[in-house]
Amino acid sequence: MARTTTPSLPMVEQIAGKGAARAAARRRDGAGMGANRRPGWVTYALMGLILAISAYPLYYAFLLASSDAQTIAQNPIPSLIPGGNFVENIQRVLASDINFWVAFRNSLIIAVLSAVSVVFFSTLAGFSFSKLRFRGRGPLLVFVIATMAVPTQLGVVPMFIVMAELGWVGQLQAVIVPGLVTAFGVFWMTQYLESALPYELIEAARVDGCSMIRTFWHVAIPASRPAAAMLGLFTFVASWTNFFWPFIVLGPSNPTLPVAVQLLQASYFKDMSLIMAGVVVSTIPLILVFVFVGRQLVSGIMQGAVKG
Amino acid sequence: MATVTPPRDTPGTHGTAGVDAPAPAARPSQSPAGRSAPTSSLRDVLGRMDVKLSPYLYIAPFFVLFAVVGLFPLAYTAYVSVHDWHLIGGQGDFVGLQNYTDVLQQPRFFTALRNTFSIFILSAVPQLIAAIAIAAVLDANIRAKTFWRMGVLLPYVVAPVAVALIFSRAFADQSGMVNEILGLVGVEPIRWHADSLASHVAIATMVNFRWTGYNTLILLAAMQAVPRDLYEAAIIDGASRVRTFFSITVPMLRPTLIFVIITMTIGGLQIFDEPRMFDQLGQGGADRQWMTMTMFLYELGWGAQKSFGRASAVAWILFLIIIGIGVLNFVLTRRIASTGSAKGAKH
Repeated sequence: MARTTTPSLPMVEQIAGKGAARAAARRRDGAGMGANRRPGWVTYALMGLILAISAYPLYYAFLLASSDAQTIAQNPIPSLIPGGNFVENIQRVLASDINFWVAFRNSLIIAVLSAVSVVFFSTLAGFSFSKLRFRGRGPLLVFVIATMAVPTQLGVVPMFIVMAELGWVGQLQAVIVPGLVTAFGVFWMTQYLESALPYELIEAARVDGCSMIRTFWHVAIPASRPAAAMLGLFTFVASWTNFFWPFIVLGPSNPTLPVAVQLLQASYFKDMSLIMAGVVVSTIPLILVFVFVGRQLVSGIMQGAVKG
Repeated sequence: MATVTPPRDTPGTHGTAGVDAPAPAARPSQSPAGRSAPTSSLRDVLGRMDVKLSPYLYIAPFFVLFAVVGLFPLAYTAYVSVHDWHLIGGQGDFVGLQNYTDVLQQPRFFTALRNTFSIFILSAVPQLIAAIAIAAVLDANIRAKTFWRMGVLLPYVVAPVAVALIFSRAFADQSGMVNEILGLVGVEPIRWHADSLASHVAIATMVNFRWTGYNTLILLAAMQAVPRDLYEAAIIDGASRVRTFFSITVPMLRPTLIFVIITMTIGGLQIFDEPRMFDQLGQGGADRQWMTMTMFLYELGWGAQKSFGRASAVAWILFLIIIGIGVLNFVLTRRIASTGSAKGAKH
């Protein structure tokens, strides 16, 4: 990020001529491309605008959730000051027949289990792919990467048939089991361990007589912690926001939160304040997660981008 | 006991070097110190098996589970698609390509196909442009970097279902916020739900809201990986800021852009949540004006027809379309990379 040397203006003029010197001077005055100087207020104004665009829809949901149906119908653009019905609307959501607490519990169980499982199996496979030597490793890894592009959602019909056969329709394991592993997770941990886990550590453990699994447990797991945390977070968010498959296989009696919110819309579509209260209350848990670990999500995406 | 596995580079992907020569200190499994001579042979065998089998054992859970919940259903979809298969009645006769011809004869198939592509284009193109632009702004040396980055990522943690509910209210045909604002600048109210193209714009807006920030961060990371001396050279040559952006930044982003576009295509063509939630009936509108392929699949399988055979046929057609576009993408970018200048092709 840091610029190493910046040639002085007279130097630029001597080497590259007057025009170049003028250009360089211009660049120094303004906010230069990646220069060290701080950009002007225009940049901050732009950023503020972008921030407003990404935050306003959520605030809009909150405004409607704190209002009532009649006010909403009369004021298409809600007043920026929230109304006084927020708590009441939330209570109506909790008391409605969408099984809110069941949905909340289900979402939590599914998201936590899939995060833990994806992290564990991905670290295990990533350790093997990045640090162990075996026949067929290259092609198998290529296969993992290729499967990231497979639209598995299109296999819903046979998945449903199988779940019906097993008697799992409407039960949580129908959503949990398909989410136990992801190709992305394996790829991600392989990439990370490749650079983060030195061979010397593995060798040291092996020389000390550790079996493979103990080496994995005592050397690879601690080394993978930062990447594992990020992978866990992403899996959690993806699972919490997932709709298509839970909607098909769980149904209204045993929903996850997105399915419950859909039910709310279907049965109370005239009462916008109630629906928006449902939206807000089902989003709050992830907003809280975001407040505490949003920083990790940001760096996770950015690291993944550089490597992937 | 102690057989150290020597390092080896991963061929393929982007491993470091790519040296494929067998590492020197390896093969003949040396049992270095034969301290306890009699027991060591059994332990040696166990140790060697540990070394040989463990790698496979560790990757097995992924492959087994993925085969069961990922690949098998996809393959089995093809099997279901050539049978009469009812949601409740179960498997019926083999009917060959009957389901495919049935599906292709329904005008709704082409409506769904058109809608899917329309929504995809309306979300992918503006999203890419916005993401590059915002990434360029974030790439400046601003204060409180993390704060702004978190700001753009915020929509990502909101479920598509929630995003869809928020935006379908804002895009309501009557007394909706967007129409009200447009009215302030003298634009006639737009029938966001009744008009086909308008509904696609509204749905694409939901997708863009949720994903632009995510893609911005990916592109920002790629921008920051561009060597800064390239910019310096351009500055010394007197290139303007706009010129540097289009002649250096954008070409250097190409590999990342390809990655982002491929991901967008796979996800975008399967879109379901947002259009499903655009009204409370969830059928894609009275004339199916915003029904997508995945919604059509759902309607065939779980709606009135309850035909798993036809739903599978649609799934396979969509699968082939996605694979086809993926291959096309690959071939095109390859061609561009090989004929284009080297600066763009290299990472």
